[in-house]
This record gives sequence, structure tokens and C-alpha cells, in this order.
Amino acid sequence: MMKDKIKKVLILGSSALKIGEAGEFDYSGSQAIKALKEEKIETVLINPNIATIQTSDYLADKVYLLPVTTEFVENVIKKEKPDGILLGFGGQTALNCGMDLVKKGILKKYKIEILGTNIKAIEETEDRQKFNEVLAEIDVKYPKSQAVNSTADAIKYAEKIEYPVMVRIAYALGGLGSGMCSNKAELKKLSDKAFSYTSQILIEEYLKGWKEIEYEVVRDKYDNCITVCNMENFDPLGIHTGESIVVAPSQTLSNEEYHKLREIAIRTIKHLGIVGECNIQYALDPNSWDYRVIEVNARLSRSSALASKATGYPLAHIAAKLAIGYGLHELKNTITKTSAFFEPALDYVVVKIPRWDLKKFRKVSRKIGSSMKSVGEVMAIGRKFEEALQKALRMLDIGAKGVIANSQFEFENLSKALKSPDDERVFAVAKAMESGYSVDKIHKLTHIDKWFLYKIKNIVNIALKIGKNKTKSISISNLRECKQFGFSDEQISILTGISEKNIYKKRIENKIIPAIKRIDTVGAEYPAYTNYLYLTYNGISDDLQIKLPKSVILLGSGSYKIGSSVEFDWCCVVSGNTLKNEKYSTVMINCNPETVSTDYDEFDVLFFEELTFETVREIYNKINPLGIIVSMGGQIPNNLALKLSKNNMQILGTSPYSIDRAENRSTFSAMLDMLEIGQPLWEKLESVESALKFAKKVDYPVLVRPSYVLSGAAMAVASNRNELEKFLKKAVNISNDYPVVISKFLSNAKELEFDAVAQNGEIISYAISEHVENAGVHSGDATLVIPPQRTYFETMRQIRNNSEKIAKELNIDGPFNIQYIAKNNDVKVIECNLRASRSFPFISKTLKYNFIDIATKVIVGKRVSKTKIPLFDYEYVGVKAPQFSFTRLDGADPATGVEMYSTGEVACLGDNFNEAFLKSMISVGLKLPIKSIFISSGPIESKAELLESMRIFKQLGIKLYGTKGTADFLNKNNVKTKILHWPLEKTSPNVMEYIQAKKIDLVINIPKNFNKEELTNGYTIRRGAVEFAISLITNRQIAMRLAESLFRYNETEIKIKSMDEYRI
Amino acid sequence: MKKIVKLVLEDKTTFNGKLFGYPKSMSGEVVFNTGMVGYPEALTDPSYYGQILTFTYPLIGNYGVADKDYYKLLESKNIQINGLIVSDLSKSFSHWRAEKSLSDWLYENKIPGIYDIDTRLLTQILREKGTMLGKIIVDNNEPKIYDPNKCDLLNEVSERKIEYFGSGDKIILLFDCGCKNSIIKNLVNRGYKVKKVSWDYDYSEEKIDGVVFSSGPGDPKKYGYMIEKVNHFINSEIPMLGICLGHQLVAISIGAETYKLQYGHRSQNQPVIDKISNRCFITSQNHGFVVDSKTIPTGWINRFENLNDGTNEGLLNKKLNVITTQFHPEASPGPVDTSFIFDEFDEMIKEKSFTQRTQR
Ligand SMILES: Nc1ncnc2c1ncn2[C@@H]1O[C@H](COP(=O)(O)OP(=O)(O)O)[C@@H](O)[C@H]1O
Ligand SMILES: Nc1ncnc2c1ncn2[C@@H]1O[C@H](COP(=O)(O)OP(=O)(O)O)[C@@H](O)[C@H]1O
Ligand SMILES: [Mg+2]
Ligand SMILES: [Mg+2]
Repeated sequence: MMKDKIKKVLILGSSALKIGEAGEFDYSGSQAIKALKEEKIETVLINPNIATIQTSDYLADKVYLLPVTTEFVENVIKKEKPDGILLGFGGQTALNCGMDLVKKGILKKYKIEILGTNIKAIEETEDRQKFNEVLAEIDVKYPKSQAVNSTADAIKYAEKIEYPVMVRIAYALGGLGSGMCSNKAELKKLSDKAFSYTSQILIEEYLKGWKEIEYEVVRDKYDNCITVCNMENFDPLGIHTGESIVVAPSQTLSNEEYHKLREIAIRTIKHLGIVGECNIQYALDPNSWDYRVIEVNARLSRSSALASKATGYPLAHIAAKLAIGYGLHELKNTITKTSAFFEPALDYVVVKIPRWDLKKFRKVSRKIGSSMKSVGEVMAIGRKFEEALQKALRMLDIGAKGVIANSQFEFENLSKALKSPDDERVFAVAKAMESGYSVDKIHKLTHIDKWFLYKIKNIVNIALKIGKNKTKSISISNLRECKQFGFSDEQISILTGISEKNIYKKRIENKIIPAIKRIDTVGAEYPAYTNYLYLTYNGISDDLQIKLPKSVILLGSGSYKIGSSVEFDWCCVVSGNTLKNEKYSTVMINCNPETVSTDYDEFDVLFFEELTFETVREIYNKINPLGIIVSMGGQIPNNLALKLSKNNMQILGTSPYSIDRAENRSTFSAMLDMLEIGQPLWEKLESVESALKFAKKVDYPVLVRPSYVLSGAAMAVASNRNELEKFLKKAVNISNDYPVVISKFLSNAKELEFDAVAQNGEIISYAISEHVENAGVHSGDATLVIPPQRTYFETMRQIRNNSEKIAKELNIDGPFNIQYIAKNNDVKVIECNLRASRSFPFISKTLKYNFIDIATKVIVGKRVSKTKIPLFDYEYVGVKAPQFSFTRLDGADPATGVEMYSTGEVACLGDNFNEAFLKSMISVGLKLPIKSIFISSGPIESKAELLESMRIFKQLGIKLYGTKGTADFLNKNNVKTKILHWPLEKTSPNVMEYIQAKKIDLVINIPKNFNKEELTNGYTIRRGAVEFAISLITNRQIAMRLAESLFRYNETEIKIKSMDEYRI
Repeated sequence: MKKIVKLVLEDKTTFNGKLFGYPKSMSGEVVFNTGMVGYPEALTDPSYYGQILTFTYPLIGNYGVADKDYYKLLESKNIQINGLIVSDLSKSFSHWRAEKSLSDWLYENKIPGIYDIDTRLLTQILREKGTMLGKIIVDNNEPKIYDPNKCDLLNEVSERKIEYFGSGDKIILLFDCGCKNSIIKNLVNRGYKVKKVSWDYDYSEEKIDGVVFSSGPGDPKKYGYMIEKVNHFINSEIPMLGICLGHQLVAISIGAETYKLQYGHRSQNQPVIDKISNRCFITSQNHGFVVDSKTIPTGWINRFENLNDGTNEGLLNKKLNVITTQFHPEASPGPVDTSFIFDEFDEMIKEKSFTQRTQR
């Protein structure tokens, strides 16, 4: 059998998290590694995403933190000589890289077998033209369409089939570049852009208003084939499945439709010869039996992660086993012990909702469509659609209380909001119903199936019913009904005016509490054990009595979003492992289907539930644990700490009161003053007037920042008076219940991260990493290097001393992070988080010292000894770099600032700073070699500063272009630079022509200030670079670092070393 | 005036719920199925005759009930169950073929329904204690107790009237033991003329090309009176297909034993392996009794086996031209993976490629 001759397997990861390719591939990758290890197969992983679980030392035998590109992968292959390679577990990144390896004959050259689905099948699914031909062979229907290789042909065909047309891109995911075009102009724009990164696009009939249905299909090499789960999109075709609200199983399909599509799925997958897991997407006519196949993804996908979590069927694990030659009938579902040849029966309904972060971006279009913009998702389980939907909306952590009773969503034109969907459409639907729109009318505007609308109507009706009587009371039956329809206590409180406290009291008095139900994959037909649970008010008894010895609840991080992502999942999973080793029973609460923490084999009990005060309390009451850990899951648990503890729930680790003291910037600053620790001048913001007065006193720029926010939401630098006024409005109405602080913004200062673990206020171990960018770039968007490269020892000492004072004062027990700004040996504190921070995986893996493991021991009260981690003397350097997803965010300005914009990160190790830096830059998309650079270097001082670097680039034989000011300056200093005109000048030679013609390899654009004119020019250039896939640098320090690295280091000598080959 | 309705099981377990369908008390054997789609098909399946059915899938009624012409395609002329139990009833429905709500359909057929029930809990009770009698009680009016186990279900569901379907020169005699329309559809689609007769039809002197014993309700052991009939056809070597109850009748006729499963198969996701081809299929099933593989006489191949509990799922005797399946190759509701069984039956009648096909 194949699995006997395969000894060593190479697995390609999906690199940094980006829009369209997020945590789901950490889940699938780590499952694959586990599955292969069970078979005693040696595993080699290539993935520079250091925050993932799959790059942890206890999983793959060898981990290479290297770019997932053909060149690097070939070099790893050369070194490791694997027998097989898995391409299906690292998203589109891995799949495309794999296809290139084949095209270049590399796999053949090294005699490497592609495990699972063969390359022919992959190509037939990725090449949309071939795909249609294959479907035709087995008379399966597909949209009328034509693959074209030029804009001209695109337009020609579009005229033939008539507008609107759908444009789709081959070899892409997340609908990248795709979209609906209703006229020639739109088509030309879209297709020009598309051809900048793909060779083939598809022009298609636009199937307006059709239902979008997906099936997850598994097939083994014996031709046994099942569909593990089907899903229905709440939003009609035209909105990407990753942008749609999705329910599992399908709700509006009859037996005939369900099984017709299922049969077609099986016929198609068998014909393609997929081995392993794949996903097939359909368009289904809402008014006839007619259908179309939209696509097949011959790999694990976002949907398969969702399906796996929705059904309890371990798709990735099974897929890996099939890839090495097992048959489905030879395998068992490791969870339920039923045969792996099995289609789960659900006795609940699952609702997935995407999480967008569009509001953070200046100028971005909030419209949603066939290309993905969401950065994460949540999944809710219930026994009514209404229940699951309202849970899911709360899980999003955007302040929504549910479908209704939300203050923050306003629509000036409802019909428009319904007709052209954006990230808030579902709330628009509810608002419309409140203001009397009929289901029919809403259906006409949205094409959302009426069944879903009726359900939302049920919610709205109940809200109106209980809202009506202003007597501040609610009947028991109404209260029970509310809970069954997924209303939270808070929501009911808002609607009725009764305090949340009293609603809870009334519930308990009348035994209106949720029941624990188990996801057993068999619909209770026969006993099947799983540890996978949810709560519902549509049930009268718990499935099981949970009696766990020494149990600890861990709060997960919820949906991935900008500022909180896989790094916190890593913290949770690692913490869970430590707890197990310390003989505690572990209970995870999380609601994010893309995570490893929600895998069946990570925790003793998993509640797929809301991370809200109400739900955590219900679970706490059910299992009364020793306590709750709030310091691993990022900001959501952190923000719950105080309220949970005030309601007599045991919080483990640092006291919630300390957490509160540190989170509240106002009290925290006061504390720093008391401890005589330096901090930027600040003032609690009372009124716009006082703010302006303060700004005048300390002089601009100033920084406005609200408390209790992660990733710098609503934080901004104002360089002059009217900017300040503008920002204040935005900031204050975002979280008015928390104080806003205004502080002096320090320019040209260094920023450093202090990450540590303390016990009873004593620091046990710490690490300091340095930002390459100056302060002013959000720590989450900054490039971090460890050990620090340009920081004085004196500065480091001050940082340690200050941190010791703070740890003592707050009596910290667990992980914490302090951000410092340093300017000529004078350090200032800008914030302190009494929880694990984004950089914990980075420092832990780079320094080979697991801070989370130690922190967890501390939290459960185990004595640990101080460990001195060397600050400087290492044989290697680690560099962490941010990954941005601006390509997908139409209109967003690709420039960094005090707000966080990156969606993911990578980190690479190298023998020196330059090597590590280049590796990580390449990992996040920098293309080498660079032959031509366009530069517009902003203010004069930055021109001066960049002069040396430009000279270096010149020496390296790179052709330089610049805008007038910059070019003149450089030429004056005899660095020959060709002038290109500003975009707005509309005269040639114009920078935009050069960008579109891809005559430029790298754009360096340093935003001057927020002066309108410059913004539009600079903005157009930055946007152009992003849209035409040209490397872009908008930060001076990064530009200088790149010049330095390219000068001192020849990228062709980059070392291929696995993590464990770097020794301290 | 709102009606009070509750479900009371034999063991006195009581569930309070809300009423839908027709407001009258009814009793029957309480059974469940875990299928996620196909409530109209299930409700018209004679195998559920006289039973009170619950779906473990909580959201029921979503796509309503289709119009008259489509209605004809359902499994039998009318609703077979005595009552319906669901968790979350969709009063409003949405489907282009839908004409009325599930509740209205039940009302027309004078069948009561109860919703807002913890059907998962109910199912757990039923699976552990085995199916029980139970009653839906509306406004405390005790229904008269109906115990299907005390009656001859086969006789009750088997339609007296002889009916013909399809056209074609080859004729299949179909014994209605509680037949589903999709069985007939599958035969007609393969070009046969189907003559549907009741169980006690006198078959003596007529030329037929194949015979089918359909699925149906009840404990096969009760239908000893069928043995002679079944054996007659087996011995005459006329190609024979037995489905579900039909399969069990064949089994007891040839001297095999049947017994009650600890956990009956009541779902649309039962994994079955064909031990001849080594191929696996997902099948639709609804049975509490099963053929004991250890008791299958020689000459008969224990061809299909359940991948979860290893129980027998069908027999084959090529010499005597008999194919039987415990699962439902006609699906409806459920997956259509095994419709090839009808092809094999077809081939068996045509005596073509069949032999090679099953030798793989
Ligand atoms: N012919 C079409 N008409 C309307 N919408 C379409 C059509 N084809 C695709 N779409 C929409 O575009 C989305 C993305 O297309 P898809 O091929 O799935 O891209 P990806 O491979 O990136 O997921 C689909 O989810 C669907 O909503
Ligand atoms: N006074 C300041 N001067 C200069 N830069 C600052 C100052 N305060 C904050 N910043 C910048 O803003 C970023 C975000 O601030 P921070 O308080 O860390 O927000 P968050 O709580 O979202 O992490 C920091 O990483 C730093 O680069
Ligand atoms: Mg795709
Ligand atoms: Mg897709």
C-alpha cells in the first residue's frame, strides 16, 4: 500500500493570514500533520507564519519558516528529499505553488509523488475553461461562459451574451478580482486590472438572484464518495460564499433538490478523480429545477473548515489519510468511532457570518460582492435559525446585540441598503421590517429567500411585541419565547427597559436556562461520544452531566479580525496543553470555525459558544470550574474579566482590577505618574475645547485614543487643528462609555515591545523586541526584530526597571506586554496589556522559550523559577513582518499609521538581520530581484535621510524614477533619477503609465502629511502599486533597511535552515 | 381559545408542546428518523403506517408542501402517520412548488401535530427504551389506544385494488406490502409494465418476467403467511427483488432468522458496503428488525453489510435470480446511491451483463 512506501512528506502551508486565506489553513495543516504522524510518516512543513499552531515544535518534525515560493520550496526539497508532497492543505498559496513546481518539472526531477488529488484534476478545476469542458463530458450544467486572455476578447464576448456579465479569475481564491460588470467601461476597468496578475479570465452570464449552495465532498482512491455536509447561502449568488451568511444544512431545498445536487456532486467528483476533500459550489434557480455548477475547489477550503466544525466530521484529518492511500471504509471517524464512510446527520442548525473590518480603512468601499473583503468569521449553533442567527451576530464582536435592538446601524436610504449589499445588510433587513417593509418587497430588493426573511420577521415581531408595553415588565412565556428565539438578556433589557440583572433573576426563578446539547454526528440515532457541545433554549434537558475534575475554562479569541488573529489561538492551544500536562481538565469556549482551538482533539470539552458575559456565566454555572483564564484569547476575554469577577466567577491569574487599571488609559497614566515612569504628555479628554487647548500647549502632532480598544480602532494622529476636530467626532462616538485620552505624539522615536511573564508581581522572564519602523506605525503593523539591533543597553535597562515597577504595582500574575517609546535614552510607556500579546508566539518560537507554557503554570498557581533569557548574544536573528490585504480592499489607502491594517504576519530566522529581514519581506510579497524603483520621498528631511539608500540602490544597478521634487533632489546630489509626472498632472511620462505597464518593480512612497492634494496624488500611486501587484513601501525605515540588506546580502545565498537548526 | 396539547409515552414520560395540524387526540407507536430532508416523502411512506413520527432535524416545514401534480409523486396516496412531532415548525414556507403549509396539509388529512418539543431528548428516550406506544393528547381528550403491534399491518396497508403502471412487453408483478411510489417509478423508468397487487393476490397462472416484494411496516415474523408465496417464486426462479420488509420476508422464507436491533436504523445516512465490489454507499433506512447473517442458508450470499454495526443489508442468489436489500434503493427520501439495484434487477431479467457485473 502507498502509505508503506511513503516515509517523508512535505506539506506546504498558506503563509501569512490574508483576506480569503485565513486561519482555516492552520486547522487543516495541523490536522494533516497529526494524521501523518499517526502513520509514523516524517513531516516537513514550509510556512513562514510563526503565529500558527502548525509551526509549533511539537507538530511537524521539521519546520521551515520560509516563503512558500517555487524557489524556496525547491531548495527545501533538495535538502530534505521527501517522497511525497501535500498541496491541498495550504489553500491557494500551496496549490498554486504546487502547480508551478509541476510546470517547472521540479517534482518529477526529485521523484516526488503528489499525494491525494493528482495534478490533472487540480488543473481541470483551476482552469475554468477546462473545467467547463470536463463538466460537459458528464452532462453537468455550467454557466454560459467563455475564457478569454485579453480585454478586447472579454468585451467582444460580453457584447455577445449581453450585460450584466460575471467576470471570474482563474487560479485565484476569495473571488480575487472577480465581479459583476453591467457595461463596457466597468468590464474594461476590471479586466485590465485582472490581467495584471492572471492570464485567463472568464466572462459569464450573470445568474441574478439564484441560490448559492455548496457541498463538501470526500472521495477515496477506491472511488468511494460521500458528501459530508451541504450548505446554503443566505445571500444569493453574486456574493462570495466567504462574504455570505451561510447556513448548514440547507434550509430551503426539498428532498428532490438536495439529492439531485448531491448526486451531481458525486458524479462530478468521481469523474474528476479527486482523492481527498473538495468543495463544489452550485447556483440553483429559485423558480425551477434548473441549476449550474459554479466551481470545484480541489483542496481543503474555508468551507471545509466550516463544514468540519458544523458537523463534527474531521475532514482534514480524514483527507490526509486518504491522500496516503487509505479507503474511507478502512477508517473510523476518530471522534465518534463510526465509519469514516458516513454522512453526518445534524439535529441543529449552523449559521456562519463573515466578520468585516472595513470601517477601519479610509476611503474603502464597503460594498460586498463576488470578491472577498471579510477578515474572519463566526459560527453559531442553535435549534432554531433565529436562535443561531442572533447568537452569531453577537459573536461578531461589533457591538451588535442580535438582529434587533442595535443603536449603531443607521441607514439613510433603506431600499438602497437592501439593493446594493454592504457589510451591514442583515441589519438593514431588520430595520426595513421594523419600518414596515413587507417580506415580498425585501425579497424583491435583496433576492434573499423568503424563508430566511420570514425567520427574521419572527424576531422583529417578538421585539415589537415585548417592546410595546412600557410597563417595564415581561411575561414568563414571552421571556421564554425570547430566549428560544435567541434574544440575549441584554437585548431584552434594551427592548423592555427591565435591567439585565432582573431579567436574569426572573430567568433563574422560572428555570429558563439553556440546555447543553452535543454534536454527535448521528442525530441521536445511537450513542456517539464527542466533547463537542453547544447551548440552546430549545431543549429541556442537558445531554450530559459534565463532571470534570479540576476544570479550567479558557476563553478563546472569537472571530479573527484585524488586530486579533491566529496568534491568540496559538496562545489558547498552548495554554490548554500545559493545563492538561498539569492534570487539569480543560474547557474551551470559542466561536471561530477557522481555529485549531475548536478542534475536537485539543480540549476535554469544547463549547462552540458566544464569548459574552451571559453565556460564559451559563456555562460556568453548569460546570462550576476552578476558574476562568482570560489572558490568552486577546481583547474579548480581557474585557470580560472585571464583570465576570464582580459576579462571583473566579478569574485565574492577574486580578481583574489590575487589568482594569491598566486598560483604562486614564487610570493607567495616573499610575505611571505615581511610579515616576515616563509617558508621553497626555490629558483625559473632557471636551473638544479642552482637547484643542491641550494640543496647542504640547503642540501638534497629537494622538487621540480611546480606552479598551485593540488594534487602534478609532485612534488617530492629528497634525493640525481641523484634523483633530474631525477625528474627535469619530473616536468619541465609537465607545462613549470609555474615557478618551489625548496625548503628545512623539515623532522620530524608536518603539519597543516588552513581553513578559510575572508571578506575584515578580518578573519571571521577559523578551524585548525592537520595531524597525519609528513609533507611529501600529505595533501590529510594525516589523519586529529580535534581538534589538539599534537600541542602547541603557535603554533596555530602563525598560526592564520600569517594567519591574509596573509588574509589582499591578501585582501581575501571568503574561503581559508593555509598549515603550525610546528617544535618545529616554523611554516612555505608551501602553500595557495584562494578557498575552500578539508577539508571544514570535518571541516564544524565536527564543525557544515558551512564555505561554510558563504563564499558564503561573496562572494556576504553580511556582516557577526565574529564567534569564539573553538579550543580545544569539547566533541568529528573527524578524516578524506584517501582511497586508490591500489588494482586496477597493479604495483603501495602503499606508500605515497608528491604526492597525495588516491581516496577518510572518516571521523568519536568519544568520543575520539582513537575511532574516529579506526572507520575511519576500514571505509577505516583496519580489526580487528589483530592477527599477519609483520613489516619492515626502518631506525634505525624509528626502535627506533616504539619500544614502537611494545611492545604494543606484550602486546595485537599479533604475530610479521619481516625482519631480524627489528626482530633482536626488539628481542634485548626483543620484541619477528619471522624472515621472504626478498622476494628477495627467502628462506623460506619468508614473501611472509606468505602473500599469509594470515598468516598475518597487514603489517607495512616503506619505508627506495629510494635505489633500498630496494625498490624492500619493494615494493614487500607492493604490496603483497595490492594484497592479507591484511591491510597495510606505515607510522610510523599511526603505532604508531594504537598501542596506540588498547591499550587504546577496539574496541568492539565503540559507535553507529549519527552525531547529538555529541554536541559541 | 388556545388548545393545550401534550405528548405522553407508554412509560408516562410527558412532553408539553404546541398544536398544529388537526386538533384531535391520536395514539400510535412513536418512532423517529434522523433524515434532514424529505418530510412529505416520509409522511406518505406506508412503512410509517399508524405511527407517530418525529424528526430529529429540528426545522420542519420550511419548503411547505407541493402542489397537486407534484403531490402525485409522493410515496402513496395519502399521509400514513397518525401524528407528527417536531421541534421548530415553519409556519411560513418558501418554495416555488409549494402550495400549502405542512400544518394545513396535516389539517386536511385530519392528522394532529405537536411542536416545540425537545425531539433530541425524545429520540434519546426512544432509542434507549426501544420504540414505545404514545399519544398526542389535545385538550385532555384521551384517544382510543391504537397498538400497531396488535394488528396485521401488512394486511392494513396492502391496497386491494389491482393497478397497472407504465407500458412495455415485460411485466413485473409487484406485491404491495406497503409499497412506495418510487419503487414503481424506478421499475417503470426501466421500461417495465408494473402490475401492483395486494399481498393475498392469487398469482397462480399468469406469465410474468419479474416479481417484487415491497417495503412495508411491522415485524416480518408476523407474516408467516407470506412464506409459501415467496418460496413459490424463488423456486420458479423468476427474477425477484425484495426491499426492506420484502427482503426480510425472503430471508424468513428461506429459513433465516430475524431479530430486533438494539438500535434500529432510522436514518438516511446508513453506510453500506457491497462485499462483492467492495464499494460503499450511503443508504436510506427505516427498520428495527434485521436478518441474522449467521442464519443465512448456503447458496445465498450475504452481499451487503452495514459499515457501522456490521448487520446484514441484503442478499443475493444468482442461481435463483434473487436480489434483496434491507436498505431502500428507491431512496425518496434519501440518497440515490443504490438505484443501481434496479439496474441489476433489470439486467437479471434481461439476463445480460448481470453475471459479470456482480462478479467484480
Ligand atoms: N455566473 C455567475 N453569476 C453570478 N454570480 C457568480 C457567478 N459565478 C460566480 N459567482 C459568484 O462569485 C463568487 C466567487 O466565484 P468563485 O468561482 O467561487 O471564486 P473563488 O474560486 O475565488 O471562490 C461565487 O461565490 C458566486 O457568489
Ligand atoms: N505618544 C505617541 N507617540 C508616538 N507614537 C505613538 C504614541 N502613542 C502611540 N503611538 C503609536 O500608536 C500605536 C498604537 O498605540 P497603542 O496604544 O499600542 O494602540 P493599541 O492599544 O491599539 O495597541 C503604537 O504602536 C505606536 O506606534
Ligand atoms: Mg475557487
Ligand atoms: Mg468559491
